[in-house]
Amino acid sequence: MTSACATVETAGSPLLALEELRVSFSRGRIEAVKGVSLALRRGEVLALVGESGSGKSVTAKSLLGLTRYTGGTVTGGRALWHGGNDTVTDLLALPEARLERLRGDRIAMIFQEPMTSLNPVLTIGYQLTESAIRHHGLSRAQADARALEALEQVRMSDPAKRLGQFPHELSGGMRQRVMIAMALMCRPDLLIADEPTTALDVTVQAEILALLKTIQRESGMAVLFITHDMGVVAEIADRVAVMLAGEIIEEGSVGQVFAAPRRDYTRQLLDAAPKLGTAPVAPVRHPDPGAAALSVRNLRVRFPMRSGLLRRVTSELHAVEDVSFDVAARETLAIVGESGCGKSTTAKAILRLIEADSGEILLDGRDICALPHHELKRARRGLQMVFQDPYASLNPRMRIFDTVAEPFRIHSSQKPRQLRATVLELLERVGLSPEMANRFPHQFSGGQRQRIAIARALALRPRVIIADEPVSALDVSIQAQILELLREVQDEFNIALLFISHDMGVVEKVSDRIAVMHMGEIVEIGPRDAVLSDPRHSYTRRLLDAVPVAHPELRRVRDADTRTVGSPVFAPGAREPSAPLEPVRDGHFVRPDAG
Amino acid sequence: MLGYITRRLLGVIPVLLMVSLIVFMLMHAAPGDPVSMLISDEASPEDRARVAAAWGLDQPVWVQYLNFLQNAVMLDFGDSFRYQQPVIDLVLERLPASLELALYATLMAVIVGIPLGIWAAARPNSIVDTLASFGGFFGISMPNFWLGIMLILIFAGQLNLLPSGGRMSWGDEIPRLTGFLTVDAVLQGRWGELRLAFVHLLLPTVVLGTAMTGIIMQLTRASMLENLAEDYVMTARAKGVRARTILWLHAFRNALVSVITIIGLEFGALLSGAIIVETIFSWPGIGQLLIQGIGARDFPLITGLVIIYTALFVLLNLLIDVLYTIVDPRIRMR
Repeated sequence: MTSACATVETAGSPLLALEELRVSFSRGRIEAVKGVSLALRRGEVLALVGESGSGKSVTAKSLLGLTRYTGGTVTGGRALWHGGNDTVTDLLALPEARLERLRGDRIAMIFQEPMTSLNPVLTIGYQLTESAIRHHGLSRAQADARALEALEQVRMSDPAKRLGQFPHELSGGMRQRVMIAMALMCRPDLLIADEPTTALDVTVQAEILALLKTIQRESGMAVLFITHDMGVVAEIADRVAVMLAGEIIEEGSVGQVFAAPRRDYTRQLLDAAPKLGTAPVAPVRHPDPGAAALSVRNLRVRFPMRSGLLRRVTSELHAVEDVSFDVAARETLAIVGESGCGKSTTAKAILRLIEADSGEILLDGRDICALPHHELKRARRGLQMVFQDPYASLNPRMRIFDTVAEPFRIHSSQKPRQLRATVLELLERVGLSPEMANRFPHQFSGGQRQRIAIARALALRPRVIIADEPVSALDVSIQAQILELLREVQDEFNIALLFISHDMGVVEKVSDRIAVMHMGEIVEIGPRDAVLSDPRHSYTRRLLDAVPVAHPELRRVRDADTRTVGSPVFAPGAREPSAPLEPVRDGHFVRPDAG
Repeated sequence: MLGYITRRLLGVIPVLLMVSLIVFMLMHAAPGDPVSMLISDEASPEDRARVAAAWGLDQPVWVQYLNFLQNAVMLDFGDSFRYQQPVIDLVLERLPASLELALYATLMAVIVGIPLGIWAAARPNSIVDTLASFGGFFGISMPNFWLGIMLILIFAGQLNLLPSGGRMSWGDEIPRLTGFLTVDAVLQGRWGELRLAFVHLLLPTVVLGTAMTGIIMQLTRASMLENLAEDYVMTARAKGVRARTILWLHAFRNALVSVITIIGLEFGALLSGAIIVETIFSWPGIGQLLIQGIGARDFPLITGLVIIYTALFVLLNLLIDVLYTIVDPRIRMR
């Protein structure tokens, strides 16, 4: 018996009963929610799990009558709300004016994107107090006092100062704390959290999850937690409902669903979550040593930061600092780290999309940093990139054929007929049919677009492919297919893969070796299993600790407090060189811990 | 803040230098001899040479340019050929008339255009939106010379309700303080003259401001629609904020940055675009002055006016940039 099941049994009275909810879009042409029923008790955490388009967000938004603002119409069902004093109201039948009084008061909602969910031109204080003044008629001073209390509840550092600040002055994690504080202002009975940690770094996610759990336990409010990540579900929920294509396909306590999933789809979702030693993953390949396709030596990128009347350089941002590694053909080196650690800057510097300040980048033994412009163009054939966002990285006005053919047109002079054959062959290789060649990017799904991006990267038969978060914009079931494809073409074409990611679940599946980056430096590098099972650097340990594992029994008690984050900004010449990496064993190196 | 403004003001200098050089070169490349404008056709070659020497027109072009620059630093743009008095005096006398007209036209555009745009955006594709958008396009596409003449025909000609031109009726002039008639009238408590000043302003303001009203309305609508689709609007709705507050505070504060940009640009365009309106309504502003200057090949006047226009534009842009930072806390002055 897990702790999760115990909570269910001691849960309170019914709070919300959703019956046969139906929501459609485009005047009934698309039915997004097809008869969803859910029950939620006071003080209970229910996770609604599914991929994008499964209807989970729409279900949640229709409880507050918010679907109408995104073009949706509730076409059927009831949402019975037990509002205390034995009153029961159907939320779906309430007029807008009455709903408005309920929103933010009895039912609060927080969203996925902390960067865009706060109004950029209004102060934190104003946005926090707005609902309390509106719903409870508090005076400015009373509302401010309540806001301070809420900010303290979410463990915000320096709460009094925050009231006068604007959203852009806070980090993503702090903004999500503000969002939670905002939701707590009127002490709601139900908190709807729509993927509240998806956009956050993994260590910040861990803090926010711990915080939500603590507050939920202290306040006894119910939480409807929407997510796609089974690891997160295992961390926080009492019960799970799995949604697929507008319907709930499986429901039960966390213990039941994780131990014995009844549906294949649920199993697939569980497989996508990181294991970190709790289950076997793909075997590591051992490429032949000494044959590095790409070697990076002492790479350094610093961005000058200017200030004052004369715009003099007063400090430097050390984006990439003394980074060295090798990647061999048929090998995958994963660079992991949180946003701002320098992993994407490293990729851009290798491609010379930004110029490195110093260091060598050896492609098959030739230093491409030293190449003049015309030779660089030729060298670039050997070095290709797959980007994170398949919606942004394909030109929307170019047909797929032209997108894939473009590298040939730039670098070789193939005859049209030959070119056509080559491109179609490539498309087939990545799993697309030749007749798709004349379509435009918007006619493809995210996964298909990423296949196109891979075909484009393969076009010139490169030695090295750099993939910058290639699957993080995709649903988990699609992720697995794209990773499989990458692995296949890597073996087939002898490619060295530099795989940049923040997602441990993905890294664990694809990598042969792992390099952990922190504040511009590689703090630990080594074979995958060595790094994951025997992390030596304190930052690696903290990173791995923060990853939610899809095992409710392994739920960890975490500290909800913020930690201080170091800054990679230094006055020119002020940084002491870090100690060099020291060997642990068999290609596993670690930088000695400073603290 | 001060450092930023200082830097921006220093940046004005090369702009003014470039513009003055281009204008100076163009004036000299244009056909026609300015000396012939100063003296009758029958004058003897000796007389011509004397006049040319007196105005410095016998010097090489680059010497003329350097002389001009030296004086221009002291705001001395030379004497107008046509009026035989300093250009700067002419401009300062006429500038308030143009500014006053442009300010009232902008005021009208803002007061009418912004609420209409917000109203339309609040109910996209409703009747209100359709009508407002139609009105907006109507205002943008209406040629102002035609609108001006029609309004004069109707309100001055047929109905005889409003004056057909000028800033003030003959004999009702009041002592000049700021040059802005409405302000001067208030300062001196001359309420009858205040009314007259407004009566004279009405038609030119409407004609000048119509296109800008349409543009501001359309832009406000588009910008509001964009902001109403943002995540933070959903957050505000989920908080139970009133629809009106969401519209006028949450979304409009964000839409304001683009609206301010267009107000600034359009105000600049009004200053130069007023040339036609000033001509139709015999409005004694700098637009009219420029037209007369061009007709008379009045080199110093044209050069001086163009440089003053440029300076106004640049300062206006600086003002807009400073306003940005007040409206949007994310924009910092560097």
